[in-house]
Amino acid sequence: MSDAAHKSQPIEVRFRGGGFAPKSPRWVGFAVFIVLIAGIEIATQTGFISSLTLPKPSDVLAAFGELWETGLLFKHLAPSLSRLAIGGAIGASIGIAVGVMIGLFSYVRAGLVPLVAAIFPIPKIALLPLFVIWFGIDEASKYALIAFGTFTPTVVATYGAVDNVDRSLIRMGQSFGLSWFSIVRKIVLPGAMPGILSGLRISLAIAIILLVAAEMLGAEYGIGAYILQAGSLYDLERLFAGVVILSLLGVILSTVIGLIEKRLLAWRS
Amino acid sequence: MDIRLDAISHAYGETEVLRDISLEIPAGRIVCLVGPSGCGKSTLLRLIGGLERASQGRVLQLGTPPADCLNPLTYIFQDFALLPWRSVQGNISLVLEDHGIRGARADATIDDVLARTKLSDFSNALPRQLSGGMKQRVAIARALAVNPAVMLMDEPLSALDSQTRELLMDDLVALWTRQPFTAVYVTHNLAEAVRLGHYIVVLSRRPGAIREIVEIDKPLGARGYGDADLEVIQKHLWDLMREEARAADEELLDV
Repeated sequence: MSDAAHKSQPIEVRFRGGGFAPKSPRWVGFAVFIVLIAGIEIATQTGFISSLTLPKPSDVLAAFGELWETGLLFKHLAPSLSRLAIGGAIGASIGIAVGVMIGLFSYVRAGLVPLVAAIFPIPKIALLPLFVIWFGIDEASKYALIAFGTFTPTVVATYGAVDNVDRSLIRMGQSFGLSWFSIVRKIVLPGAMPGILSGLRISLAIAIILLVAAEMLGAEYGIGAYILQAGSLYDLERLFAGVVILSLLGVILSTVIGLIEKRLLAWRS
Repeated sequence: MDIRLDAISHAYGETEVLRDISLEIPAGRIVCLVGPSGCGKSTLLRLIGGLERASQGRVLQLGTPPADCLNPLTYIFQDFALLPWRSVQGNISLVLEDHGIRGARADATIDDVLARTKLSDFSNALPRQLSGGMKQRVAIARALAVNPAVMLMDEPLSALDSQTRELLMDDLVALWTRQPFTAVYVTHNLAEAVRLGHYIVVLSRRPGAIREIVEIDKPLGARGYGDADLEVIQKHLWDLMREEARAADEELLDV
């Protein structure tokens, strides 16, 4: 260094790294909900928001309490949950099976990828009359609608996940003389699991959306039916109570998948 | 068991990568393949182990592998190729399961190979918990578990730092001294080649052809870091390769 450089005051190097690594402290999510709901409550109480625009959160809670007390909650929840479980399970399992086949076999890929791309953007709700004709007005058509809606996103996520399995691991399996079936079971499927699970998150959320559509026709009980009845009467309190139940259902499903990920994918982080 | 390469030529589409390679790999010897980048040495290794099919020529096994050999031609990969969801033990048991070796028999083999690679304390660790050197030792243990007749090593030390590389080279020499194995060892590192090779096969740049085969008589156990006689051989190898390496470096990749 030259003498001139020594004479001036030393300047500390400015920190310019860090950031771009978002974390999520638990309480923030709750706080946002609480602040939002409390804000709406205050605004509706004081008349800043008219009761025609938004129902009071306390009234929504009262509608929920009424559901609970009359036992209607479980009368509505039980058929919805079974529709969701059966329809979702059918759609997801067929979707995973087809997705794995697309990921493994050239002809299946060539034949089905365009078909799936053609089916994906169809709003499944539009096909509801078709399902009623095919499967009747009973439960079967509701299962079919939910299954069909979860099928396409699951297929796309699954074959993408299979494509992303590290080829060098598959070559390793072959070089040790593992059978085709062993390679699929011990290398391809576990390797695709992260992608399949994150696909399921989306598919199951779509299943909840379609639940309401499925209960539009010929359902006496069900969360969707309850929301639609309340909606046609412009009974906003009940409508919101139903919507909150659907939201909770979504949060619960997402948490369950998070737990499964934690267990199955412990090898990752 | 020996391996003979009989006039191997290989091309990817229009691009010729290997031309008329004939080579003997004698049992109990380590044959190093060196050459400028893109000369097809890794391709040649994949051909030897049957992971790719040569356009022309044949790879022949001479003699039968020993009876207890589960997988005669066994690879060790540059990127280790360990299953991240299986523990050290699980990664080794993976290659035994398909041969019907489970339970106590598998445990005995796993314990033995882990002891030979000094990994006994880590049998339940996951790959992500291990350093690069340890991962490669797991891969070596996995290869030993199937009692290979020939080890096909594809730049096994290239992903490691130079100190770890020295340590693992010593480990490989110790393993060979205890029980000589046959190996084809692909590397671009000439120091590794003169430390581990009984024969060093120098390939020309693409299309790869054999330029020279250098034999080193000095026993593996007597070779060390920076030995003067090895330095002389290394310099000779570098003189052979220098111009071609420069030319290869200046080539466009996807011609």
